Amino acid sequence: MRLEVILPIFIPLIAGTLSVVVWRSTFYQRWIAVLGTAALLASGLWLLSAVRAEGHVVMQMGNWQAPFGITIVADTLSAVMAVLTGLMGLVVAIYSLGSIPASHERFGYYPLMHLLLAGVAGSFLTGDLFNLYVWFEVMLLASFALLTLGGERAQMEGAIKYVTLNLFSSAIFLSSIGLMYGMVGTLNMADIADKLSEVEHTGMVNVLAVMFMVAFGIKAAAFPLFFWLPASYHTPRVAVSALFAGLLTKVGIYALYRMFTLIFNGDVAYTHTILLWSAGFTMVTGVLGAAAQFEFRRILAFHSVSQIGYMILGLALYTPLALIGGLFYVIHHSLVKTCLFLISGLVYRLTGTYELKELGEVYRHRPGIAILFLIAALSLAGIPPLSGFFAKFIIVRAGLEIGAYTLTGIALAVGLLTLFSMIKIWAEVFWKAAPEGMDMERLKAPVNDSHGRFMLTGIGILIAGILLLGFWGQPVIELFEVMAEQLMNPEGYIEAVLGGEQ
Amino acid sequence: MTEVKAKVIKSNTVILHTASLFLLPLQLLFSMFLLLRGHDEPGGGFIAGLVAAGAFVLYLFAHGVDSTRKILRVEPHDLIGAGLLFGVISALPAIFFGQALLTAQWWSFYLVGTEVKLSTVLLFDLGVYLVVMGSILTIVMSLNEAEE
Repeated sequence: MRLEVILPIFIPLIAGTLSVVVWRSTFYQRWIAVLGTAALLASGLWLLSAVRAEGHVVMQMGNWQAPFGITIVADTLSAVMAVLTGLMGLVVAIYSLGSIPASHERFGYYPLMHLLLAGVAGSFLTGDLFNLYVWFEVMLLASFALLTLGGERAQMEGAIKYVTLNLFSSAIFLSSIGLMYGMVGTLNMADIADKLSEVEHTGMVNVLAVMFMVAFGIKAAAFPLFFWLPASYHTPRVAVSALFAGLLTKVGIYALYRMFTLIFNGDVAYTHTILLWSAGFTMVTGVLGAAAQFEFRRILAFHSVSQIGYMILGLALYTPLALIGGLFYVIHHSLVKTCLFLISGLVYRLTGTYELKELGEVYRHRPGIAILFLIAALSLAGIPPLSGFFAKFIIVRAGLEIGAYTLTGIALAVGLLTLFSMIKIWAEVFWKAAPEGMDMERLKAPVNDSHGRFMLTGIGILIAGILLLGFWGQPVIELFEVMAEQLMNPEGYIEAVLGGEQ
Repeated sequence: MTEVKAKVIKSNTVILHTASLFLLPLQLLFSMFLLLRGHDEPGGGFIAGLVAAGAFVLYLFAHGVDSTRKILRVEPHDLIGAGLLFGVISALPAIFFGQALLTAQWWSFYLVGTEVKLSTVLLFDLGVYLVVMGSILTIVMSLNEAEE
């Protein structure tokens, strides 16, 4: 019985349930939100330390043995993602205390947030393909509700695109699971990986691989089916956008990494080449889309798409170094993008707008916020010595090592364009003279209430994370080396699940 | 109190009014039967919860929201909360016996010569029962109130 591997799923479920029980009191819900996510982070760290000691931690739910029951399993990748879930949950929960209006709180913001975290953690930790689908649905259900909370027109419009595309993806995912089950007769991922090597029809395996690629690609917002993301991510409250950008798209990335290292690793020349080009197009379209935008959150949303490309590139190059780079990018991007979204929310609070045209002179009156933005923005663009530099550096080096010059070139050029977009925000929001009609009194007025402090605390934690990842990245890289080693040699995973200890 | 509400609910007739008073306890009893039967035979928390919700919805059509709230005694929201709590708690006892989470635990004892089987499965079913009933009543009641 290994409690640590189930706790990251179970804690948000309990926290969400308790929030529903005390639905009358937002006071208790707020406390539960912070304590629950803090406990989630702690359980993630516990799991990580257990995984570091033993390699894999496995639990057979309800004592039904694999491959018949549902296996919850953590390797280093899952454990790191669980820690990330806890960290993002905690930061967003703290930030929400200062930024979510009371009407949203009454309509179940906190229970939905916990449900979302449970879905995300479940997706990271399950070792069963159908169970993965169930967690995806749990997550989507919560995200639909969070996206439309507030019921503004733009939100509905974004939500329709989001829901349609994601349901489409779920349908493809479900049919692929059906075909997979028809072919190998099992749903346990380790067992599938084991049996698939004996299957004759390699053509069918490739068809399935592409189907899964499309399903997860939509969830991760990869080219060509990414357009739901920029259409919807800027519409909800900024804490929700931050949670989505930081965690939700990463679940798609995680699923791609899991499937294309564990299960579809037979015909790498075929599957990973498709991934490679998809990654390239994702990077370029995302960054070009961002360059054309003049709304703070829309720029950030488009950039999420472009950054997803780097993560897929890491997987597509399929060398240990590339996997390290891609996964380092996942962590780095979660911190940075969440941070940038949260800062955009803070700027909105000070000025009342997200439009770059209507903003200006924030640096003169709020130099602290400007510096925080600059750290996150430069990190996103990949300026040393911040976290983004190392993430890009590893991927580019991995690309050069195996001679993928074109895509490495694209990755570097996209980095430059990212810098351009970030500089654009910097120049427009923080640097240029305030335009006519901007409410300067509001910007100058001293902010010293608890709301502002909650928001700054959330941002502060992330900035600390970004700096830590840049200046003290060695232990993280060492951890990721173990992770890449496990991903490149899935035998350990298969053995842990099927031959499992109890 | 029912006379006041009668103005609001147009479909109210003497027959429905009287019948709902008799049907409510019967339907609730039937829902209990379904819930317990779900142990080994078709039935269970979900369908039982639907039947129970149906009982209260019928009463609501005949007597209005306010009097339904009065006989329900609790907010439907609280039913959802309690149901979820039961569901989550049902996973826990396995931990204390050193087994994997969600492993079903059974306790049986004899009460007046009959074997009574209690289990975490039943607790989970009860949770489903309450969540289903709570959700449907929440929806129907808020729709009804929005109409008024």
